[in-house]
Amino acid sequence: MSVLNPPRSARTRRPGGPAGAGGNFSAWANRHRKWLFAAPAMIFVGVLIIFPLAWTVYLSLTDSQGSVRAASEFVGLQNYLTVLSDTERFWPAVGRTLSFTGFALAFEVVLGMGTALLLWRPFRGEKWVRVAILLPLVATPVAVGMMWRLIFDPNIGFANQLLGMVGIPPQPWLSGQDTALGTTIFMDVWQWTPMVVLILLAGLTSLSEEPDEAARVDGANAFQRFFYITLPLMMPTVIVAILLRGIDALKTFDILYATKGKGGGSFHEVETLNVYAYGLSFDYNQYGLSSAVLILFFMIIIGSMWLLTLRRKAVSK
Amino acid sequence: MTVMTDSAPTAADNRRQRRRKPLATRAYKVFRVVALIVVVLFLLAPLFWMCLASLKTNVDIYDTAKAFVFSPTFENYANVLQRNNYFVFVVNSFWVAFASTALSIVLGVPAAYAMSRFTMHRSALVVLMARVIPGVSLLVPWYYVFSNLRMVGKFEVLILSHMFVALPLIVYIMMSYFDSLPLELEESAEVDGLTPIGAFRLITLPLAVSGIATAGILSFIFSWNNFMFALVLSGAKTKTLPVAIFDFVSYASIDWGGLMAAATVVTIPIMIIALFTQKYIVSGLTAGATKG
Repeated sequence: MSVLNPPRSARTRRPGGPAGAGGNFSAWANRHRKWLFAAPAMIFVGVLIIFPLAWTVYLSLTDSQGSVRAASEFVGLQNYLTVLSDTERFWPAVGRTLSFTGFALAFEVVLGMGTALLLWRPFRGEKWVRVAILLPLVATPVAVGMMWRLIFDPNIGFANQLLGMVGIPPQPWLSGQDTALGTTIFMDVWQWTPMVVLILLAGLTSLSEEPDEAARVDGANAFQRFFYITLPLMMPTVIVAILLRGIDALKTFDILYATKGKGGGSFHEVETLNVYAYGLSFDYNQYGLSSAVLILFFMIIIGSMWLLTLRRKAVSK
Repeated sequence: MTVMTDSAPTAADNRRQRRRKPLATRAYKVFRVVALIVVVLFLLAPLFWMCLASLKTNVDIYDTAKAFVFSPTFENYANVLQRNNYFVFVVNSFWVAFASTALSIVLGVPAAYAMSRFTMHRSALVVLMARVIPGVSLLVPWYYVFSNLRMVGKFEVLILSHMFVALPLIVYIMMSYFDSLPLELEESAEVDGLTPIGAFRLITLPLAVSGIATAGILSFIFSWNNFMFALVLSGAKTKTLPVAIFDFVSYASIDWGGLMAAATVVTIPIMIIALFTQKYIVSGLTAGATKG
C-alpha cells in the first residue's frame, strides 16, 4: 500500500483498483501463495530430476555409447534384452545388491533394537553413549572406507591382530573373493546401525508405558513383555526404519567404490547394481546399456518400497 | 525373573517376588553396563584407530608391535595439508556444502510450508521421490547436458547436483515441522491485519528457526560427505575432500599414514559440528519416523 494514502481511502477503493502496483502484486501474491511458494522447488525438481529421469528412459532405448556428443540410434528394447540375458555381470549384481541389503538390514535391525532397548531407560553417562552413536553416522563414507581398508588389511590390519590374540588364523577380508562382500556388509552395519537405533529409540520413547506396566503387574517376564507387548507396538516404527535404511542400502556406493574401486574389485566381488551402473556409465561410457540397468534398478527399489509400505499398512491396522 | 502362577498371588508370593526382583534387576544392570561398553567400543574403536594411524610414520604402521606404543608425529598432517593442497579441498567442500544448503533452504522452506498448509500430497510425493532415485540415473543426463555446455568442473554444477540431495531432505524435515506448528497463530495474525504472506514471514518463520537449523545441519553433513556427484562433476579446481581422499589410493603403493591423516581431516570438522548440534541431528534423522 502506498504510504501517502490514508488507510480509510485505501479501503474505500475497490480491490484491484488503482491502489498502486505494489498493492496489486501483494494481493496477487497472497492469493496465489500456494503455488508461488511451491513453484521454485517444483521447477528445480522438474528440470533437474524429472527431465533427466525421462532422458534416462529415452537413453535406455538407444545405443548411445563412447562420447556424450556422439550420435546414437534408437534400438527399441534391445538394451533390456541384453541386460536381462546377461548372467555374467547383471544377475550376479542383482544378487549381491539384494544380499548386501538383506544381510545389512537384518543385522542393523536386530542390533539396533538391542541397543535401543539398552538406551531406553535413563542412566548415568547416557550423554557419552549418545555421542558414540552419533559419530559413525556422520563420518564421511569414503573416509570410513579407507579406515576399514587399513583395519582389514591382511598383513598389517588390526582385525587380523585381534584374531591372532584369540588364536584364529588371519583372514583375507576385503581382498578375499568370498569374504569381500561380507566385510563390506560389516562396514555398513558399523556405520548405519546407529541410524536404526535413533529411529527405534524415538519410537520406544513415544510408546505409552501402560501396556508394559500392566503386563508387569500380571507377572510377565522381560522377554514376554518384549515379544508380546513392545515388539508388536513397535512394528510400524521398525518398518519405517527398514524403509529408510533399505532405500540407502540398495543404493550403497561410496564404501564399495572406496574399498574395491572400479567394477567392485577384479572379480566383481562387491559389484552391486549401483556400482555396475556407475561403471558402465563413467568407466566404459556405455550410456544406453547403463540406462537400461538403471531403469531396472529403479524398478527394483520402487518394488521393494511398495511391498514394505503395504506391510506397514497391514501392521498399523 | 518372576514366576507365572495360575492362582492369584498370595501375600507370601508377593513377598517372594519383592525379594527376588532386586537380584534380577541388579543382574540386568550389570549386563546393561557391560553391553553398553561393548557397543561404545565397537563404534569408537575404529575411529580411534584411524586417528592413531594418522599420527604414526609408515614404518610404525607396518610394525604390528607398535600398535599402541609409538612416538606420535604430525608429519602426515603437514604432508597432506601442504604438499597435497588439502586446504583448497577443505574450502571447496565447505563452499559446495554451504551454498547447496543455503539455496535448498531458500527453495525448500516455502515449498514445505505450502505443501504442509495446503496438504499438497502429490507435489510432496514428487519431491520425496528424489530420495528414492539412484543418483547415477541422474548423473548420466546431467553429464550429457553440462559437458555439452562445457560446465563440468564448475562450482555451479556441483552445487546444483548436491541440491538434489539437500532439497528433498529439507522439504521432508520442514513439512513435518510445519505440520506440528499450530495454525491458530497465523490465523490470529491475519485477523490482526497481516496478509497471509506477512503472517508466514513474521510469525511462522521465526517459530520454525530450530526446524530450519535441523534441516540445514543435516543437509550440510550429507553434502559434505557426498562422493559420487563430485567424482563425476568436479574438476581439478573444484575437487571436494571425499574425491581427494579417493585419489590418494590410485597410486601404486598406499601411503597409509597420509591416507589416515586425510581421512581424519575430512571427518573431524563434521564430527565437531555433530557434537555441538547433536539434538538437531537426532530430531532431523527421526523426523516423521514415529508418525502413524
